[in-house]
Amino acid sequence: MLKFIKHHLDTIAGVGIYPLISFILFFGFFLAMLIWVRKVSRSHIDHMAALPLARESSPNETVHHAH
Amino acid sequence: MIERFQYDNRIVKNFVFITILWGVVGMLVGLIAALQLVIPEFNLAAWFSFGRLRPLHTNAVIFAFVGNGIFAGVYYSMQRLLKTRMFSDLLGNIHFWGWQSIIVAAAITLPLGMTTGKEYAELEWPIDIAITLVWVVFGINMFGTILKRRERHLYVAIWFYIATWVTVAMLHIVNSIELPISMMKSYSWFAGVQDALVQWWYGHNAVAFFLTTPYLGLMYYFLPKAANRPVYSYKLSIIHFWSLIFLYIWAGPHHLLYSALPEWAQSLGTVFSIMLIAPSWGGMLNGLLTLRGAWDRVREDAVLKFFVVAVTCYGMATLEGPLLSLKSINAIAHFTDWIVAHVHIGGLGWNGFMAFGMIYWLVPRIYGTTLYSQKLANAHFWVGTLGIILYAVPLYFAGFFQAMMWKQFTPDGFLVYPNFLDTLLQIKTAYWLRAVGGSVYIIGVFIMVYNIWKTVATGKLIANEDAEAPAMEKGSLVTESGHWHRWVERRPIQMLIISLIVVGIGGVLEIVPTFLVKSNVPTISSVKPYTPLELHGRDIYVREGCYTCHSQMVRPFRSETERYGEYSKAGEFVYDHPFQWGSKRTGPDLLRVGGKYPNSWHYYHMWDPTSMSPGSLMPAYPHLFEDALDTSITAKKIDAMITMGVPYAVDFPANANADLTAQSQEIVADLKKSGVEALSDKEIIAVIAYLQRVGTDIKAKSPVVSTTAN
Repeated sequence: MLKFIKHHLDTIAGVGIYPLISFILFFGFFLAMLIWVRKVSRSHIDHMAALPLARESSPNETVHHAH
Repeated sequence: MIERFQYDNRIVKNFVFITILWGVVGMLVGLIAALQLVIPEFNLAAWFSFGRLRPLHTNAVIFAFVGNGIFAGVYYSMQRLLKTRMFSDLLGNIHFWGWQSIIVAAAITLPLGMTTGKEYAELEWPIDIAITLVWVVFGINMFGTILKRRERHLYVAIWFYIATWVTVAMLHIVNSIELPISMMKSYSWFAGVQDALVQWWYGHNAVAFFLTTPYLGLMYYFLPKAANRPVYSYKLSIIHFWSLIFLYIWAGPHHLLYSALPEWAQSLGTVFSIMLIAPSWGGMLNGLLTLRGAWDRVREDAVLKFFVVAVTCYGMATLEGPLLSLKSINAIAHFTDWIVAHVHIGGLGWNGFMAFGMIYWLVPRIYGTTLYSQKLANAHFWVGTLGIILYAVPLYFAGFFQAMMWKQFTPDGFLVYPNFLDTLLQIKTAYWLRAVGGSVYIIGVFIMVYNIWKTVATGKLIANEDAEAPAMEKGSLVTESGHWHRWVERRPIQMLIISLIVVGIGGVLEIVPTFLVKSNVPTISSVKPYTPLELHGRDIYVREGCYTCHSQMVRPFRSETERYGEYSKAGEFVYDHPFQWGSKRTGPDLLRVGGKYPNSWHYYHMWDPTSMSPGSLMPAYPHLFEDALDTSITAKKIDAMITMGVPYAVDFPANANADLTAQSQEIVADLKKSGVEALSDKEIIAVIAYLQRVGTDIKAKSPVVSTTAN
């Protein structure tokens, strides 16, 4: 795919380095994310996944307030 | 230390009700537009014609219905996920009323023909500025809430909200760079190919970051809530998030395959579109698998039913999208009703059903009651599903078969359907069925309106809902050790910056080369700026929304060059502010219409299309024959063009009207030869001038004039 981009960008000086840098950035970020996802502790993931289900109201939640 | 506070349900209620109201309005406008396609007489007035109502429909359902749905869900879920009240009630109110004023402004200006002519970004510059301001207010309120939260970690739904906010801001600002010439008229700063690339980078990512990511955030909150179990895999949701925002931003050019866009940009769009299948389906499976072990509840619970079909539609649309970006499939589907069917799977199925499910779940809770009728909710579900099927299936057929008819050749090598209209009339039944499907879907919405009405009547709004949570210890953010990703997900501002970099790199790498590299848009020396009269005509073309049914992009296929003429070159559009390539052919392509018919043909055709094309479904444009052309702004228009680099002589603006009068008298004289008595100061003359000019610059000097009606 790079051949499509490179050819047309030839007129920018030293353009070859930009796709390389962005590829390394992107790939590096992805790799780091995947490694982190594999290594992260079970308890942290469970905590995160439970966030929407956490009890969110006080004991008097059935009382209607209109203030 | 346990802190007591209250959730603000009143702002949620406001957004929910307005979502329903605009949903009804936007869908009804859609139904009107659908009927106008089959009953041309139903284009009752200039402001009530398809070309002006279609943008109103798309803007209303996207920004009013789906948009307010986002805000309702965000304001409800953020408070609870972050265990705090929203940052500011006042900002919430400004956000609410500001957004509604923008919608009202859109509902007034679009039918009046005030439009930039760029799809889903039609609103004129003062409204664009208002959108920016209200969006900033929403952002301050959102980030303020995040900063005063009592939950250290940001749940994945919040990430989706942050990515939505930052990307929509970026898209809206870049695509709205325009040069105002009056209070309600501006020109896109970009021209031709560049304008097209920016527009579809915007258009595609508006789908991604307005219709998809915020609703995925809602899915990750409301689906676990409704199913009462955590999301299937939180790890998968992290991967889903990052890969989706990484990849989506690059896929815009797939809307411009086979167009005059440089080949490398088209390939880029295709590659990233295919890669998008992975995160999209990861997300869909994550949603559906959340219901593992709870499928028995789906049978009774209408909310879960809505969510299941919504997520399934998300999966279907996100598989179909990448397939449509394969050039071979795109060659068939593009410009046809296939695409209309595709977006309605997303709109009616994904966004609509997600919103309905959320509303049914939410309203009883903030009113401290139960849903008035599960039965009616289930009825709504089945009626709505039937509506989606009735809407989409006929249009898939129509799109496919019309494309086949466009491309069919006789054994001798001639088009089987040389007259475009013949292919349209073959699929008219499908257009009727679409209107029926849409009506059925809207009936479902009315069932919901009744059900919600009754639910509200049995309850009482818990405007301020008591809650309590431990305070977040100061300094805990900084001192606690942890991995870098946890460091990121605890810090909303870093999250915002990283999201912006991620989507920004994609946008920059995609768009900048087209501007910097001359070879991407080869200049054609015979391509000249429009004359003042043609420019006026072009602005009327934009105003009437001609681009909603006519493309100006002949693709390099034999079936198209045979039908329309020479295929489009990038260099032909360098003076087109905005570009008018279009995305749908309900009528034929118009790029090579210049010189194809005599002036009188256009005159009769615009007065009554069926007089020239029997059976035509195009609206008549009688107002063009009554309204005088506003020549008071000619100089301003030319000035604006000069500012944007269109090579008119410096003293030309002052003489532009003289040039305009001369050209219109020429056309009137020519019309007179054909026995037509026309007034030279009417708008129709400018429209004829533009239509006779479009796409002729690269042709030979003596255009062939055909007198047949096709």
